[in-house]
Amino acid sequence: MNNYYIKRTGRAVLTLWVTVTLTFGLIRAIPGGPLEMLRARLVRQGVDPSRIDAIIQSRQQESQPIYVEYYEYMSSLLSGNLGESFYFREPVSDIIIDALPWTVFVMVMATIILFAIAVVWGALIAYKEGSTFDTASSGLSILLSSVPFYVLGILFVVVFSYKFGVFPARYRTSPGVSPELSFLFIQDALYHAALPIASVVITQVGLQTLAMRGNSIQVLGEDFVRVARLRGLSDRRIATRYVGRNAILPMYTGFLTLIGFNLGGSVILEEIFTYTGIGYYMFEALINRDYPLMMGIFLVITTALVLSVYIADLTYGLIDPRVKSGDSNEAY
Amino acid sequence: MGSSIPGSNRVIPMKHTESDTGSEREFSFGAAQSEVEVTTADRLREFYREFIYKPGLVAWEDRRTRIGAIIMGVYVFIGTIGAWLYREPSTNQSPRSLRPFETLEAPLGTTGSGQDVLAMVIHATPEMLIMILSGGIFATGLAVLIGTVAGYKGGTTDRVLTTFSDVMMSIPGLPLIMVLAVVVSPERAAVIGILITINYWAGLARSIRSQVLAIREHSYVEASRTMNVSTPRILLKDIIPNMMPYVLVNFANAARYVVFASVGLYYLGILPTSVANWGIQLDNAYSQAGALSGGGTMYQLVVPMIAIMFLALGLILLAQGMDRVFNPRVRTRLAGESGSETDDEDTAAPTEVMT
Repeated sequence: MNNYYIKRTGRAVLTLWVTVTLTFGLIRAIPGGPLEMLRARLVRQGVDPSRIDAIIQSRQQESQPIYVEYYEYMSSLLSGNLGESFYFREPVSDIIIDALPWTVFVMVMATIILFAIAVVWGALIAYKEGSTFDTASSGLSILLSSVPFYVLGILFVVVFSYKFGVFPARYRTSPGVSPELSFLFIQDALYHAALPIASVVITQVGLQTLAMRGNSIQVLGEDFVRVARLRGLSDRRIATRYVGRNAILPMYTGFLTLIGFNLGGSVILEEIFTYTGIGYYMFEALINRDYPLMMGIFLVITTALVLSVYIADLTYGLIDPRVKSGDSNEAY
Repeated sequence: MGSSIPGSNRVIPMKHTESDTGSEREFSFGAAQSEVEVTTADRLREFYREFIYKPGLVAWEDRRTRIGAIIMGVYVFIGTIGAWLYREPSTNQSPRSLRPFETLEAPLGTTGSGQDVLAMVIHATPEMLIMILSGGIFATGLAVLIGTVAGYKGGTTDRVLTTFSDVMMSIPGLPLIMVLAVVVSPERAAVIGILITINYWAGLARSIRSQVLAIREHSYVEASRTMNVSTPRILLKDIIPNMMPYVLVNFANAARYVVFASVGLYYLGILPTSVANWGIQLDNAYSQAGALSGGGTMYQLVVPMIAIMFLALGLILLAQGMDRVFNPRVRTRLAGESGSETDDEDTAAPTEVMT
């Protein structure tokens, strides 16, 4: 069992290393490369052309063998230095520290809400399997999941923000509201996050509901549920202790993976709502070819996803003791 | 799954003889064994019955598959014949800012620069279909290859391939695609499809691997192995056919992912705008056409949205309906071979749902 944890940790570290190496390689694969970016930046600053040439020349002489650059890249990353954003003229780490909590807040809230709805709704459908309620709900779930979250987001902004003016169309708080632990701030933050959260919840709840329905139906057919019925246990007890628990188990990993997945989706979502989280900055970086910021945010999102899957795997044994580590034997 | 053995037993012996006679060259006793000649035509007919007719019949019985197939048929029609018949979009081809249903010339209205909205939607379809196809084939093909080899070979091969797909799976899809799209800036629809599924295959490869782990223990696979049939042949003849329905379901899921991701990328303006796409239309309508100032230009947003939604709906319905093909009992009963009255409850849970 210990072996499993060591292996799992090794895999998480390996993934992060591969991603870091990938970003290192990509930055160098970009046409133009960092030196061209530096030149463009100096031109924009209005530096004398001959001086620019001199600076570029001096940098070129400084260029070291690739493994030295790689070593320096790795060591600066490990010390938390992600470089400086070309576009915002700020250290990348400062931008991320400012923006990340907001994105995490929106996505974790959305994922929790959608799973809560999916579990209850899916279980209800499973109990009434074959009824009109089942057909209608399953149809609705499929219909909802055929809408991409950003399409609903656009509709929300157009209808609720611009046409009726009920919800704010941009930013994470109203101007002048400072982040502090006050009722006004929390209310304002929730008010601004409501539409992004709603568009994620509504479009993603359908497939999770169908998954919960399938799990519940499967568990309802198990022998131990029949035995529990024969023992005369109350329906409520069977529903929560016997069916609910076992049906939710397979969704646990999906829950944490979906949070990580949604962090990636935040790039599109936050652009629509002009919600200045990491997704929004990622979008700005992509459009302005701001490579340090782009790679920094990419690394942060990857780390978040790797960590959430890692936690899911490590804790799965705690909530489901039956789990066995699947060692494959050398056979053929 | 354990209860499905009676159904699959019926299928196994036929496949066994198939691989048996197919490898005659390798066995001296092969010729003596097959007294009944199996011609290529027979084998083709067998293949058609087992893998096209019967699954097709079962899938067609399901309302969801039927609707999904019809929707997909409509899109293929629009993407091929429709795009060929209907005029291409260009600026000032009609009066500017026409509302929908005003003239027959531009039935769904025009944009602020006089482009026919319907023409834009129609001419984005072929590229989208190519993207779906290339992305789906790439994702499922690679997943089948890596999943079956890893699951069947076991040992070091398995460990290396599984670690590889685990690592790929842990890298978040959308940001990776976006970064790659900026660096590579692909122009061709087929390349974009592959780019979008660059790490989508990994999760599928994992679940195929675990299915292969179960299939490889079946006696008919063991028989093939004892007869010294080569590994690629066993994978191709004995293992992969058993997973075709599952692979098809996931093909539809991958295709939907390609639709969502590509439209999203085009909307953000990350991909080169040389190719017509519904995402570009959304972006134009949202930012330029004044869709925000009032309801007057909502149709420019709604038309591409409907195109995206129906395509996704068709793919979901196909995937959900095809799940039923999993159940061999339903399959044989509907094909009229077995009289056993079994429950045909649709218990197949949607597997591996993401996005």
